[in-house]
Amino acid sequence: MRFGPVEAGFREDLNLSQSSQATGGLASIPALLQRNATLFAEKDAYREKEFGIWQSWTWAETEKEIEALALGLINVGVNEGDFIAIIGRNRPYFYWAMVAAQSIGAVPVPVYNDSSAEEMAYILGHCGARFVIAEDQEQVDKVIDIQDQLHQFEHMIYVDPRGMRKYDHHQLHEYSHIQDQGRAAYDEWIVDLKERRAKLTYDSTCVMLYTSGTTGKPKGVVLSNRNIVESAKNASEFDNLRADDEILAYLPMAWVGDFIFSLGQAYWTGFCVNCPESPETMMTDLREIGPTYYFAPPRVFETQLTNVMIRMEDAGKFKYKMFHHFMEHAKRVGPNILDGKPVGFMDRLKYKLGDFLVYGPLKDTLGFGRVRVGYTAGEAIGPEIFEFYRSLGINLKQLYGQTEATVFITVQPDGEVRADTVGVPAPDVEIKIADNGEIFYRSPGTFVEYYKNPESTASTKDAEGWVATGDAGFFEEQSGHLRIIDRAKDVGKMADGAMFAPKFVENKLKFYPDILEAVLFGNGKDRCVAFINIDLTAVGNWAERNNVAYASYQELAGHPRVLDTIQEHVEAVNKSVAADPMLSGCQIHRFLVLHKELDADDGEMTRTRKVRRVIVENKFSDLIEGLYDGSPQVSTETEVTYEDGRKGAIKATLDLRDAAIVSTASKVAAE
Amino acid sequence: MSTQESYVTDDGRTIGPTVMEMKNITLRFGGVNAITDISFDIREGEIRAIIGPNGAGKSSMLNVISGFYVPQEGEVWYKGAKRPQMKPYEVAQQGIARTFQNIALFEGMSVLDNVMTGRIRQMNAGLLSQALWKGKAQKEEVENREVVEKIIDFLEIQAIRKTPVGRLPYGLKKRVELARALAAEPSILLLDEPMAGMNVEEKEDMSRFVLDVNDEFGTTIALIEHDMGVVMDLSDRVVVMDYGKKIGDGTPDEVRNNQAVIDAYLGVAHD
Repeated sequence: MRFGPVEAGFREDLNLSQSSQATGGLASIPALLQRNATLFAEKDAYREKEFGIWQSWTWAETEKEIEALALGLINVGVNEGDFIAIIGRNRPYFYWAMVAAQSIGAVPVPVYNDSSAEEMAYILGHCGARFVIAEDQEQVDKVIDIQDQLHQFEHMIYVDPRGMRKYDHHQLHEYSHIQDQGRAAYDEWIVDLKERRAKLTYDSTCVMLYTSGTTGKPKGVVLSNRNIVESAKNASEFDNLRADDEILAYLPMAWVGDFIFSLGQAYWTGFCVNCPESPETMMTDLREIGPTYYFAPPRVFETQLTNVMIRMEDAGKFKYKMFHHFMEHAKRVGPNILDGKPVGFMDRLKYKLGDFLVYGPLKDTLGFGRVRVGYTAGEAIGPEIFEFYRSLGINLKQLYGQTEATVFITVQPDGEVRADTVGVPAPDVEIKIADNGEIFYRSPGTFVEYYKNPESTASTKDAEGWVATGDAGFFEEQSGHLRIIDRAKDVGKMADGAMFAPKFVENKLKFYPDILEAVLFGNGKDRCVAFINIDLTAVGNWAERNNVAYASYQELAGHPRVLDTIQEHVEAVNKSVAADPMLSGCQIHRFLVLHKELDADDGEMTRTRKVRRVIVENKFSDLIEGLYDGSPQVSTETEVTYEDGRKGAIKATLDLRDAAIVSTASKVAAE
Repeated sequence: MSTQESYVTDDGRTIGPTVMEMKNITLRFGGVNAITDISFDIREGEIRAIIGPNGAGKSSMLNVISGFYVPQEGEVWYKGAKRPQMKPYEVAQQGIARTFQNIALFEGMSVLDNVMTGRIRQMNAGLLSQALWKGKAQKEEVENREVVEKIIDFLEIQAIRKTPVGRLPYGLKKRVELARALAAEPSILLLDEPMAGMNVEEKEDMSRFVLDVNDEFGTTIALIEHDMGVVMDLSDRVVVMDYGKKIGDGTPDEVRNNQAVIDAYLGVAHD
């Protein structure tokens, strides 16, 4: 993909004539910052709730803060090309840190702040970070623990000084002190800073993000300024994002999505990034801010819907009836109104009334009152959950992407939104489907390389720039929308040659609020079996309502009545799976409800909460064996890791259950 | 034991001279001696623990310090002067705040309002001003709210700021109580079993907060605690009580090796 004068037309309305060539002006995030500090000087760029009040920084103030930090970093000895690890939750200071790092030619490497010390040791060691910018004592302690393994590590900077007065401050600096030193040394370093900033090109590295990866060690994905700026520009134009938009930054900073939304797009369009007070206050803060542009993984939407439903169960009779009456109506006409399809006058009138009585207040409570564009990505979302939000009039859409593509591969345009597809190719993205169904793409967002891993780079990206997604899918003929079937490597064959696509079945299971996670096994076997994780919130509420006493997750998960309910769900899913001629072999013959939640701390999931299939399969091999050999019960002992890294073990005896199978012509049930 | 020189602990905190001294305290309820002739001191900036088996008189001791009980014999010296007999609120005005063993919060009020009550000493606008929410009352509330918000941030209870206390779990209530005590910006903080009934994780959190309070604000802390592990980790010096008498006093290590203390905790064979 070449960037030439052809693109200039897009930017005329933004009064950015100097940018007709990216290299001339807006070739980097720091360049965009300078533009914003002039163009949107007095407009809020960042807000963070602290001490109960939304503190804000305008773009002009932001530039000053970042400049002070950048000068301070030069002052402590950051060189061009150095890696700076950034470990913290979404706070303006860390976004500034990333841009400050870029300004002085260093590469920011955001790290998941809930990573264990070993995970951090790998990442910091792999990129050879000389500097770490961490949030607080907890993160500082983690880095100190692994310091001996990090040969290149030199200095650490922390934001929150609490509890660290007694620490040895030879290598440790407070963020605000670094900024003060930077301001004090302005005359000394400003020329250097300007020179370094001027050297940034469209091809210099913008950020390095480690993909959690469902297998193996994390890989460092190198993204250039071109990747970020082009992707941010395309996506912002696609959805008409404006400088007066508001977002809430609450997703992990190490995730490419947050980098694009809260940095790339924010700097491209100049909108305001709002940071919650703490992770626990996210819902309150969401409501106070009322973002206009919003993104969340399906899980967040599921949780919110579950909460709404639980609270409606507790509501008075009148409210309960009114809610269900109008939700019924919304389900029927809401999505059509949203898509601009013809809807009768009376229906519209009733929808208006419903909006006044139910949808409006509900959206307000959820914090979605002002959402113009909402995205869900990362996993498939349940059609009912998706429809629920759309029927309320929330423009929720799906996109399909990955870190290597700088997020965007396909997106759903307004008015063409469906639960079962992921949309059409995003602007400037080319897609081809290989014979085995694997999706390949090529775009301006295509990553530069995996850091220090040429083999993986070569096996993922070919010479012409086509990248293998690892996902299997196909384009629907009539609509031109992409449909994802599963991870290409997870798609297998059953013993009789029928197609095995675990995610297809797992998603159907996960669409039930009671089921948090499901893992299907059956590759190369004659029948499928499944592990299920219950959703403690939903099932716990059910238990309370039905006087089912339980003391622990484990006990609730093993309760016979819970198993009955799950069995109903499994059998309903079997019916639905049987209806698909291609995948009817994937019906679940036996299942069990796991005694513990699959957890990233135990390595069973990635930090973005995707199941690591192979690890689960090995770890619980005794249970899988039990499911296949027909035993009614299996006793097992599982090692668990606590958040502070200590290990323990839990013992359990699990009931294994048979589920009814719908026989199809092509396949006889094996029972 | 009079005023001593300041010294610096291994972990870099400065422990100042004696700030409070209990001299030969005896407290009786009718014919029962709750406390018999106990003397000890509390030095500025230290974490001083009072431990002992059930019924040893620990809470009574704390109540003597806070002015709730008046001992029949003995003297309380505070900042170098003998303290006259005082009402608890007068003691509070001297900069001594406390939490209670059985949480004493306003259940129907929000966390924020509860913590704001800790600032009552700093608010003295008149009734009219308060009622009209004008002038001094408004200014005061803004100032005090700022202090309270810093404490809320410090104890990480932002998410429950507006939640009525009655709806909170036990561990959080304890933290709110600590917040309220801190809001008074005390020079001595008395904690009556701050970790009772908590699970390991909550205890760890609470220990961290106690240490941080001591470290950040330089608050002198006197605490009663049952969990020996917690006490030995947290405190600079420990007073051990049994049946109303002092049976040990010293650093955690000294106390741990004190035969009388071992006997009191592990029991001893009666000949």
